[in-house]
Amino acid sequence: MKSFYGDLPEKGSLLSSGIPSVEDLDGVLPPADARKKGPVAVLECFQEIPCDPCGYACKFGAIKEFSDVNDLPVIDWTKCTGCGQCVAACPGLAIFVVDETYSPEECLIAMPHEFLPLPERDQVVLLYDREGRHVGEGTVHRVVRGKDKIATPVVWVRAPKALGYVARALGLPEREGGSRN
Amino acid sequence: MTGLRIEEHPILDFPKRKKVKFFFEGREMEGYEGEPIAAALHAAGVKVLHHSLKLARPRGFFCAIGNCSSCLMIVDGVPNVRACTERLREGMSVERQVGRGPSLTGR
Amino acid sequence: MEYDLIVVGGGPAGLSGALKAAQNGVRVALIDRQEQLGGQLVKQTHKFFGWSQRYAGVRGIEIGRRLRDAVCAEPRITVFAGTEALGYYPDNSLLIESPSGVSRITAKTFLFATGAQERMLLFRGNDLPGVYGAGAVQTLMNVYGVRPGRSVLMVGSGNIGLIVSYQLRQAGVTVRAIVEALPQVGGYAVHASKVRRLGIPILTRHSIKEAHGTECVEGATIWEVDDKFRGIPGTEKDLDVDVICLATGLTPLGDLLWQAGVSMTYVPELGGFVPIYDENMETERPGIFVAGDAAGIEEASTAMLCGEIAGLSVAAKIGKIPRQRFEEERNALAQELSALRSGPLSNKVRTGYERIRALVQGRRGR
Ligand SMILES: Cc1cc2nc3c(=O)[nH]c(=O)nc-3n(C[C@H](O)[C@H](O)[C@H](O)COP(=O)(O)OP(=O)(O)OC[C@H]3O[C@@H](n4cnc5c(N)ncnc54)[C@H](O)[C@@H]3O)c2cc1C
Ligand code: SF4
Ligand code: SF4
Ligand code: FES
Repeated sequence: MKSFYGDLPEKGSLLSSGIPSVEDLDGVLPPADARKKGPVAVLECFQEIPCDPCGYACKFGAIKEFSDVNDLPVIDWTKCTGCGQCVAACPGLAIFVVDETYSPEECLIAMPHEFLPLPERDQVVLLYDREGRHVGEGTVHRVVRGKDKIATPVVWVRAPKALGYVARALGLPEREGGSRN
Repeated sequence: MTGLRIEEHPILDFPKRKKVKFFFEGREMEGYEGEPIAAALHAAGVKVLHHSLKLARPRGFFCAIGNCSSCLMIVDGVPNVRACTERLREGMSVERQVGRGPSLTGR
Repeated sequence: MEYDLIVVGGGPAGLSGALKAAQNGVRVALIDRQEQLGGQLVKQTHKFFGWSQRYAGVRGIEIGRRLRDAVCAEPRITVFAGTEALGYYPDNSLLIESPSGVSRITAKTFLFATGAQERMLLFRGNDLPGVYGAGAVQTLMNVYGVRPGRSVLMVGSGNIGLIVSYQLRQAGVTVRAIVEALPQVGGYAVHASKVRRLGIPILTRHSIKEAHGTECVEGATIWEVDDKFRGIPGTEKDLDVDVICLATGLTPLGDLLWQAGVSMTYVPELGGFVPIYDENMETERPGIFVAGDAAGIEEASTAMLCGEIAGLSVAAKIGKIPRQRFEEERNALAQELSALRSGPLSNKVRTGYERIRALVQGRRGR
C-alpha cells in the first residue's frame, strides 16, 4: 500500500519476504516532536535477537541499557542527538538517522553502506526503498568512514523530504559490480 | 587474469602474490603461487575438475575445504589429489581425473 | 611429547577451549586441517551479534584474528596447523597427518571441536560444477579472492544464505533470488531486510526444481512448493545463473566422536547426530570433551562459551584448578550461555539441549 514509508505491504511481510511492513515501521517511527527537533535515529529492528551494540555505541545514553541481551532496543528520543554512532555500530545494519529539519525541501538520511566504490561528497546517488526499488536521487552530504575497513561507513545523503522514511539504500549511477535485479 | 578475481573489496584486502605458470591438460595457465589449484583454475574459467566414476558426469569442487572429494585431480602424475586444498606451484601439471584415476601400480 | 589436552579444530570453539585450558596451566596441542586458524570465522566479513563485552559488533574475521593472536602468544599451546586428525585410538592417541607425514600424538584428554559439514539437496543436476556449498562460495570469495561466478541462485534463507548473498553482492556478484521452502525466512529479519533492500528477492515457499547445463551450470528452474514442500507444476520460473549456492543447513561433524565410541543421539533441532555430554561439556567417554557446532549447530558466540567451559573442565579434571573455583567460573559461563539462548529465536536449540540434559539426567538416575 502507499504510505509514508513508500509502497509497502500493510503487515506481515517481514518474515515472509524480508520487507518491513507499514505496521512494523509505525512501531518505530520517532514521535512528531522529536522529528521536528532535528536528526533522530530510526531503529528498524523488529525481532528479539541476542544483540546489543547499539546500546554501547550511544554516548548520549539515548538507547536504554539492555537488561536482557534479547530485548528490542528502546530509545529515549529526548536524548538522541542524531549523531549516527549507532548506525555504524549496528551489526544488523538496521539503524538510520533522518533529519527532516535540514531545509524546507530536503531532508538528510544517514545510511550504512558497505559497498565499493564509496561515493564522495556532493556526488549524486540513486536511492532505493526497502524492496530495492529505485525511488529517486540524492546528493552525498558527508561520508563517515571508520578508522579501518573493519568499521561500517555511514553515508549521509540530502534527499527530497518525502524520501526521508522511504529511501534505505543507495547506489552509484554507474552501478557497483553485481547489479540490482 | 579474468574478471573473476576480486581486485577491490569493501572489507577485505587481498595481498598481492607472485604469479606462476602451470599447465592444465597441457595448456599453459597463470595463477598465484600458494593458492589452491582449484581457485586458480576457477579464476581461469575452468569449472570441470573431474569426471565421475560411473556415468563420467562432470564434477567441480563442492566443499572447497578438503572434505568431499569432489575435486580429485591428477597433479604431476599423481592421482586423487584434492585440487581445493593442494597449493599451486610454478610449473605444476594438472589434469582432469576420471573416477579413481590411473592406477600407479599398474594393476 | 605428551600433552594434557589435544584440541581438534581451531574454530571459535577450539581456540577458546585451548586458551581457557592453557591459561589455567594445561599443556595443549591444537590441531587444525587448515593452515589458518579460525574455522568459519576466517570467512565471515560481517559483524556478529551477541554481547558487546563478547565481540558483538565485531566482524568474524577480526574475532578470528584476536583469538588466533591470543593462542599464538600462549606458551602452553603448541599449534599444529595444516594438520588433519585421521583417527582416534583407544590408547588415547590420535593419528595425524601433517605436510611432513603421518604420526601419532597422545594426551590425557581430548576436546573435539571439529565444527560442521554442509547438507546436500536433491534436485536434477545437483552434481554439476557450479552447484556449490555456501561454505565453498565463501572460501573461494573471501579467502582466495575469486568470485564463484557472475550470477547466483541462493537456496536457503537461514542466516548463512542471507549473509552469503550479501557477501556475494559485496564481491560484485549478482544474486538473482533467494529461495526458501518454508513460509518464513529462516534467518534474522535484519539480515533479510538488508539483502532485500539491495533488490534481491527472497522467495518463501519456493524451491529449486533443477539445474541446467551440460558441462556446468547454465541456468536454474525454481518453482513454488506446497505445505509438504512438493513442487507445484505450472509455477516454474527459469533464472539465468551460473552458480547455485546451497545454504540448506549444517550437520555436526562427528566422525572422530563415533570412532572414539562416544554415545551419540539424534536431535534434529541441533542438526542431526550429536554427542551426549554433561554440564562440563564432557561426553560419556571420560576425558573426551566436545564444543561448538560439533556438539550441536549453533553460533560462534555460544561456541566460544562452550569451548571455555570445556577448557576449564579439563583444567579441573587434571587437577590444575581447585573444585570450588572451577564451579564458580563454570557456573558464570553457563549463565552467560543460557542468557544468550533465552531469546525466542533460540527456541529450537533450547529444545535440543533440553533433550540432551534430560538424557544425561535419566542415565544418572539409573
Ligand atoms: C555464513 C555464516 C555466517 C555466520 N554468522 C554468524 C554470526 O553472525 N554470529 C555467530 O555467532 N555465528 C555465526 N555463524 C556460525 C559460526 O560460524 C559457527 O557456529 C562457528 O564457527 C562454530 O565454531 P566451531 O569452532 O564449532 O567450528 P568451526 O568454526 O567450523 O571450526 C571447526 C574447525 O575444525 C577443523 N577440523 C574439522 N575436522 C578436523 C580434523 N579431522 N582434523 C583437523 N581439523 C579439523 C576445521 O578445519 C575447522 O577449522 C555463521 C556461520 C556461517 C557459515
Ligand atoms: S544517533 Fe547518536 S545519540 Fe541518537 S541513538 Fe544513535 S548514537 Fe545515540
Ligand atoms: S545493534 Fe542493531 S540489530 Fe542489534 S539490537 Fe541494536 S538495532 Fe537491533
Ligand atoms: S571440493 Fe570437497 S574435497 Fe575438494
